[in-house]
Amino acid sequence: MTSETEQDWAALLLRVRDDADRGAFALLFRHFAPRIKAFLRKSGANEPLAEECAQEVMATIWHKAHMFDPKRASVATWVFTIARNRRIDALRKSRRPEPEDLPWGPEPEPDQADAMVLQQESRRLGEALAQLPEKQRSLIERAYFGDLSHTEIAAETGLPLGTIKSRIRLALERLRHQMS
Amino acid sequence: MTIRHHLSDPLLMAYSAGQLPEAFSLVVATHVSLCDDCRARLLAFDAIGGALIEDADQARMAEDSFEATMARITGLPQAEPVRASRIMGCVFPAPLRDYVGGDLAAVRWRPVGMGVRQAILKTDTGATARLLHIPAGQAVPDHGHRGMELTLVLQGAFRDTEDRFGPGDIEIATEELEHTPVAEPGADCICLVATDAPLRFNRLIPRIAQPFLRI
Ligand SMILES: [Zn+2]
Repeated sequence: MTSETEQDWAALLLRVRDDADRGAFALLFRHFAPRIKAFLRKSGANEPLAEECAQEVMATIWHKAHMFDPKRASVATWVFTIARNRRIDALRKSRRPEPEDLPWGPEPEPDQADAMVLQQESRRLGEALAQLPEKQRSLIERAYFGDLSHTEIAAETGLPLGTIKSRIRLALERLRHQMS
Repeated sequence: MTIRHHLSDPLLMAYSAGQLPEAFSLVVATHVSLCDDCRARLLAFDAIGGALIEDADQARMAEDSFEATMARITGLPQAEPVRASRIMGCVFPAPLRDYVGGDLAAVRWRPVGMGVRQAILKTDTGATARLLHIPAGQAVPDHGHRGMELTLVLQGAFRDTEDRFGPGDIEIATEELEHTPVAEPGADCICLVATDAPLRFNRLIPRIAQPFLRI
């Protein structure tokens, strides 16, 4: 993904926020809804529940568009946090306490340069993830997407626990290097 | 506030991935509310989730999915523009105030012996969260725990065999750590403590994380 497309997602979201622009929302929907649904399916939701939750997440994106801050997160990251919270709510029937907002809060006119840097870093992180060896990548993916117990992971990969631990740690170290 | 003891990467990652029991999430959210360093690290872990979503498979949506979503949108009220934010003069950050139903004065303490008081906070069954009030100079009586234990200092300070922990500091203890925290002289020590319920804390990341947690 190029930084231009990420810029486009942010621009579309601002059109939803400022003008309740249905066309802009349709483009966001076409890109993100199928990904959100796949995320929920991987997390153990059945087909109708995943469909329902994906629609709810997209509706939340519309309603909370004014809370999106391009200095703090890419659109994809923001979408992830909404989908994750919906999953905790719907699948685990649990709550997720959120940190309080920073005292200064999101600014009405975000600094373009800060937003650009954040989006470049997000892109670099995506590239770093894509470059990980397949086994490490899939472990991180399951840690985020699949609500799997360690026993299930070990059974699925055939890896002893120690190997899983060292691989995740290695992957994190590599990610951090890629980010710095 | 000078914070010296921070959240570990595995804990931040597990919180970002949505895999922690509610009691542990409460401690993480409360520390992040006080600590800009951990807040920045948390944003980086959220960005991993974003990158994975961006790169994810695409499921087939229902035929009428977009129209159904638009119908949901018109049926819902506009979201509240402001989330809980910092209130000057509060001892507890916003996420903790939500669970207490107010600030320090609203806590319903119960004595547990030797002048120590505690209040259990209502969370899901994966782990337990409680507030501890330890009089200045007092040791915490018999302090065993079977799984992982997170202790966040909100007021005062305590010492144990590991180090000194002051306001905002987190102690991450595994079951191997036999510790007897002693509150420092001066202000009474108030802590938020999350303890792993045995056998329930079996999600992927915490398990992977446990051996790394001793700093
Ligand atoms: Zn910290």
